[in-house]
Amino acid sequence: MDAMAAVKQTFFQECEEQLAELETGLLAMERGEAESDTVNAVFRAVHSIKGGAGAFSLGDLVQFAHVFETTLDHVRNGALEPTADVMAVMLRAADLLADLVAAARDGHAVDSGRSEVLVAELTALSPGGADASAEEEDDMSDFSFTPVSVAFDFSDTPAVAGRSYTITFKPRPELYAKGNETALVLRELERLGQLETSCDASGLPQLAELDPEGAYLEWTMRLTTEKGEDAIREVFEFVEWDSSLTIQASDADGDADSGAGSTEDAFAALLRSIQADETSLPATTADIIPLPLAEEREAVAEIDAQPAKAVAARNGEGGANANAGAPQTIRADLERVDRLIDLVGELVINQAMLSQRVMEAGHVPGSAVALGLDELEHLTREIQDCVMAIRAQAVKSVFQRIPRLVREVAGMTGKQVRLITDGEGTEVDKTVIDRLNDPLTHMIRNAIDHGLEKPEVRVAAGKPAEGVVRLSAMHRSGRIVIEVADDGAGINRSRVKAIAAEKGLIAADAVLSDEEIDNLIFLPGFSTASEVSNISGRGVGMDVVKRSIQSLGGRLSITSRPGKGSTFTMSLPLTLAVLDGMVVTVADQTLVVPLTAIIETLQPKAADVHGLGGGARVIAIRDTFTPLIDVGRELGFRTTATDPLAAVAILVETEGGRRSALLVDTIQGQRQVVIKSLESNYRHVPGIAAATILGDGRVALIIDVDTVIANSQSDATILEPVLAAAG
Amino acid sequence: MSATILTVDDSRTMREMLKLALTQAGYRVIQAEDGVHGLEVLKGETPRVIVTDINMPRMDGFGFIEHVRADETYRGIPILVLTTESDAEKKDRARRAGATGWIVKPFDPAKLVDAIRRVSA
Repeated sequence: MDAMAAVKQTFFQECEEQLAELETGLLAMERGEAESDTVNAVFRAVHSIKGGAGAFSLGDLVQFAHVFETTLDHVRNGALEPTADVMAVMLRAADLLADLVAAARDGHAVDSGRSEVLVAELTALSPGGADASAEEEDDMSDFSFTPVSVAFDFSDTPAVAGRSYTITFKPRPELYAKGNETALVLRELERLGQLETSCDASGLPQLAELDPEGAYLEWTMRLTTEKGEDAIREVFEFVEWDSSLTIQASDADGDADSGAGSTEDAFAALLRSIQADETSLPATTADIIPLPLAEEREAVAEIDAQPAKAVAARNGEGGANANAGAPQTIRADLERVDRLIDLVGELVINQAMLSQRVMEAGHVPGSAVALGLDELEHLTREIQDCVMAIRAQAVKSVFQRIPRLVREVAGMTGKQVRLITDGEGTEVDKTVIDRLNDPLTHMIRNAIDHGLEKPEVRVAAGKPAEGVVRLSAMHRSGRIVIEVADDGAGINRSRVKAIAAEKGLIAADAVLSDEEIDNLIFLPGFSTASEVSNISGRGVGMDVVKRSIQSLGGRLSITSRPGKGSTFTMSLPLTLAVLDGMVVTVADQTLVVPLTAIIETLQPKAADVHGLGGGARVIAIRDTFTPLIDVGRELGFRTTATDPLAAVAILVETEGGRRSALLVDTIQGQRQVVIKSLESNYRHVPGIAAATILGDGRVALIIDVDTVIANSQSDATILEPVLAAAG
Repeated sequence: MSATILTVDDSRTMREMLKLALTQAGYRVIQAEDGVHGLEVLKGETPRVIVTDINMPRMDGFGFIEHVRADETYRGIPILVLTTESDAEKKDRARRAGATGWIVKPFDPAKLVDAIRRVSA
């Protein structure tokens, strides 16, 4: 039974794959993304597990899979709505199914109480639960392993003893259309006992009128057998719907109808009768009794055996590949993972604090304590990376939906689009993945709707009619960068500028660089489409996309070349759980400025700082005037202005590329901090993105650089036209 | 040369079991993973009998049978349906699609080989 053991191994491997598919499908259904394909795949996964389990007599598994399958079938045919409650039960059922598979594989038992509870829950979900369970019992009888009594252990000597039956059998044309044959039925009957056959060919028309696929013959048989009527019925199992059939037991063994004899005799008689009608065409008898031309078939099979072998070989390979160790997965509560990430984050901070204290205590670098601490730092960083990797997911799950979107938008706009994706395997934190879909969808729509030209315009410009949209993801300096590039016309700068002026977003005579003009499309309320199109319209502009990316701690930028196309680049943090920040002091408060926003820090000089009235100040940094924002005043920590000469200026850049200098009292240092949501623990505070807990247990607020700059800008009215134009 | 049987089933387990049972019974076995694949495999082969599952992706057993029955070259090939569903409705649908007969899973090898013999010349 080695071969069977190997199949059993295949079964458990296949179960793993099907359980994974089941899980994926159920989760999609839970998110409300279930298409009929998903539901079918989910159903099939359970169905296949049940089928295989039946073959290996894994009763517990079969029973539970059957109940699960029945409930899924209700979802599949629309009788059961996949609500959140229903899906919760389904997911738990999937977990139990996985446990049952594991139990069957490893030979241990699963708590039967658990499966009883779920069986009850699943059955309760089924519309008309009582019926379902009745049907289920019916079905279960099929899973018994007792072979049906088809015992054909006949001996060569025909059984003469036993009962006699008179059978009449008149096939209909459908019987032949389904590949059944009267001759085969007769052959099977002969195996049951002694058979006398007669054929009534009176219904047979002249050859000219004969439909080669018709059925004209009626057979009367007398069978003497030790087997019962059930065995005879079984012979006719496949054909009884497509024929008229009577089976009658007769005790007397008198003569059967005229022409009684063996099957061969009956055929011979039939042939004679046909040949008598049309002696000139004896060969056509083959049409009347359509026996399969076995030799011819085999010849054909021989000739074409080569490609079939190739196919078989291919299957073999596919099977082998799929067999190769499927990755093992575990399911864990997301909350637990997040807690772990939090703790590891704190560990990293704590370790950094410890290092600092040790240095302060006079241990020189290279001392035994310092070396030990270095090692600890390595380890904690490594632990942190590993823990982060638990939450990391490939962007593939988001990219997968894009091809369909491209097809839809291309269809609606009448444009020809080829989508090229790159870097699908790039991993990023689950939270980021979850919130990537909307901005990305909008960017792709925008690229096709506004970026690409219509085919005829492209051809006129000497480009291929088919436009290309390239979607790529990559890791770059601790962030994930996702680019959406089109090879369209690029941004029509004169038009963008005209529209912005028309809408009052910039002064009509504003002098702007190309880059500044390109960035105008991110301004709220800006839309270049002369008619509001179905796709990019609906008042959702690039400003919304930009804001949603910023809320993820990301940046969105654009580069465009006339006639060559545009590239939108978003850069996002790999995780929303930790952040590299600069810890600063403002009015005795400890604040954190995200490092990604910081360009440089500097000590303001008296000559560089200029007042603009209304409390607004600018600072000259390398011949450029940059707004100087007093963070303490802006956030309400104090009402009087800080002396810039006694403070530190941090030059920051907003997502839009606008620069400002933040004035803080002192810089404590650079540190990685664990982000704690302020909104969920307290409430939203303007100008503050989140909070963190420092090594000494104190809470520090993380500055929302963009908001702080935007707020200060609304105060400093004098700068408005310039800033708006730049933004 | 031994007779060829085409098995169409999306489950690798079931394909292997069928192959094992049929090979031991002396048949040559060719395999397909679903209805669409089954029709592709048929282009290069004329099996003595086809054994197909019902529930499969891309093209299910019903669709596969209908396609085979609509093809001049292959429509005479006996087709056995392999299914866990023993209820009359599934059998009836398979029959209307043109199935020659059926085998109720879990099959035992003897039952399978027996059913094949019953429909093949």
